[in-house]
Amino acid sequence: MEITLKVYRFNPKKDDKPHFDKYKLELREDAVLLDALNEIKWKFDGSLSYRRSCRHGICGSCAVKLNGKNVLACKTPLKEAIEDFGEVLIVEPLSKNREKIIKDLVIDKKDFWDKNKKVKPYLIANIDEHPEKENLVKPEEVEALENADYCIACGCCFYACESIRANKDFLGPQALAKTYRFSADGRDEAKKERLEFVDKLGIGVWDCVKCQACIEVCPKGVDPFTKITHLHNQIFEEGVAKKNVAAKHAEGFVHSIKKHGILDEGMLVLYSEGINVARHLPEAMEMLKKGKIKFPWNMPKSEGVEEIKKLVEISQTHELKG
Amino acid sequence: MKYALYTGCTAKESTPELLKSTLLVAKTLGIEIEVLNEASCCGAGHLQDFDEFLSLVINARNICLAEKRGLKMVTLCNTCQLMLENTKRKLDVDEKLKEKVNQKLGELGYRYVGNTKIQHFLYAILEDIGYEEIAKHIKRPLNLKIAPFYGCHIIRPSKTHDGDNLNENPYKPNAIENLIKVLMGESIDYPTKLKCCGFHVDLQNTPVSEKLTSNILEDATNAGAEAIVTPCPLCHLNLDVKQRAIAKRENKDFNIPVLHLPEMLALAFGYSAEEIGLNHHVIDVKF
Ligand code: SF4
Ligand code: SF4
Ligand code: FES
Repeated sequence: MEITLKVYRFNPKKDDKPHFDKYKLELREDAVLLDALNEIKWKFDGSLSYRRSCRHGICGSCAVKLNGKNVLACKTPLKEAIEDFGEVLIVEPLSKNREKIIKDLVIDKKDFWDKNKKVKPYLIANIDEHPEKENLVKPEEVEALENADYCIACGCCFYACESIRANKDFLGPQALAKTYRFSADGRDEAKKERLEFVDKLGIGVWDCVKCQACIEVCPKGVDPFTKITHLHNQIFEEGVAKKNVAAKHAEGFVHSIKKHGILDEGMLVLYSEGINVARHLPEAMEMLKKGKIKFPWNMPKSEGVEEIKKLVEISQTHELKG
Repeated sequence: MKYALYTGCTAKESTPELLKSTLLVAKTLGIEIEVLNEASCCGAGHLQDFDEFLSLVINARNICLAEKRGLKMVTLCNTCQLMLENTKRKLDVDEKLKEKVNQKLGELGYRYVGNTKIQHFLYAILEDIGYEEIAKHIKRPLNLKIAPFYGCHIIRPSKTHDGDNLNENPYKPNAIENLIKVLMGESIDYPTKLKCCGFHVDLQNTPVSEKLTSNILEDATNAGAEAIVTPCPLCHLNLDVKQRAIAKRENKDFNIPVLHLPEMLALAFGYSAEEIGLNHHVIDVKF
């Protein structure tokens, strides 16, 4: 099979700016992207730099960007890639931020590892180090982790996360999924502290923009976004949630749905923001002028409102506080 | 052809022009619409954070409303689409969960079966009507440079949308681009076309939301677009309603009209600005 690869090249020590090198390769039908990179390095240009180790989707080191999608080079069949993206495959590092590039496809993942470290990615428990018999974990206890333990720390999700693009402090999908990996582990003794940490505005669960990019890219099916949802749930269930604008926003939906069946957009903002609602005044004025605001007297209701209210009451798994 | 239309809350409140233009387009394409007026809010991507089970139950009820009528369920909002599809995917593979949900629904005389298709209006008309038929109704070729903005929840996660969005590649979708071309406009490419507008953190982290939206408005403008089109009313709120405030805060000078997807069709089908409801836009639409 003949394939054409355009590979990002940049040596910050020598080059002023990055460029792409184009290679035409002849490879086996079942070759993966890592085979193509190896072929280039071994036969055409030994100076190409990229990371790889296990070749089996386990070490997480070979993550690169392929036509805009973060992938593991060793787990990406070229045939599928061509079906998805067409004849020319473009290979880039996970991040093209100049400061992160060490050389070519190799980046410094310090920001990623720092976030990982911040969430204490290890079991916190008083465990007898010399037990008489093995500490067994039951299958249902493993299931409770919802595959969060499959993470290989490749960084595919972190460097695809839309929230991080605009907020460098956000812990990001990997560190949050990692938090869940331990907060859902019955043996862990730091659940509350973990939840308190990720409940913080600006860095934690509330700052996920819900773009779904992390689900899309994760090569191990960790589904960080759903772990973030479940962290939200734990935060409410454990009574950790602070009465901040974000928590009130999530709760506010229940109030509104009970009352109208549908959302009362204006009231939701008011309920969530409290006195701070004034900061939305400029937009609110524009909306008012353009007939985009409903007032209590013309607020539409769902025709099923009575039924919906009853359904919410019998289905709610926990109560609103305050 | 008949659809059970799940309007979502936004089309009934802050974006009335979306509902108006959708009904016009359906009329032109010969699609009968039955509005699910007894539906509830889908939870807008937030309710499940507070109570995931509750979110499943109320959305299962919403789906029941279309099932009961034996109609395809059609949505107008990316986030509604994702919430409903997520519910369907979860219940359809988990008998136990489905039973638990049906216990609650049973108290009100509903039963979720899982036999209706849920599609965003964009993909429903492309699948059921098709580009060729749509092209036959053009009365006023667009003749505009338009930047498509997909919004996240209609293309990601691709597994959830499998079979419902014409198997769009989330890194290289083409439905809106094709539609623009069919309507005789020019589709403009730009770097943030498939990114996020940040709407879902607009309350708790306004700077993030504004930064992400600002990038989109700036990129589309720089690429020479005369308008942006989006299938999502939540993206529309950020791109249109907040545009001036964002330009001011981010110190930018963009001023670009933002169309809802059905509005773009309605314009090409020859409807007037008044019929479509363009007077509801914050950034004037004058073509
Ligand atoms: S869904 Fe949230 S955590 Fe996942 S990539 Fe998007 S913003 Fe980041
Ligand atoms: S969650 Fe998935 S994508 Fe993210 S670092 Fe872990 S394995 Fe990689
Ligand atoms: S080389 Fe280890 S994951 Fe690819």
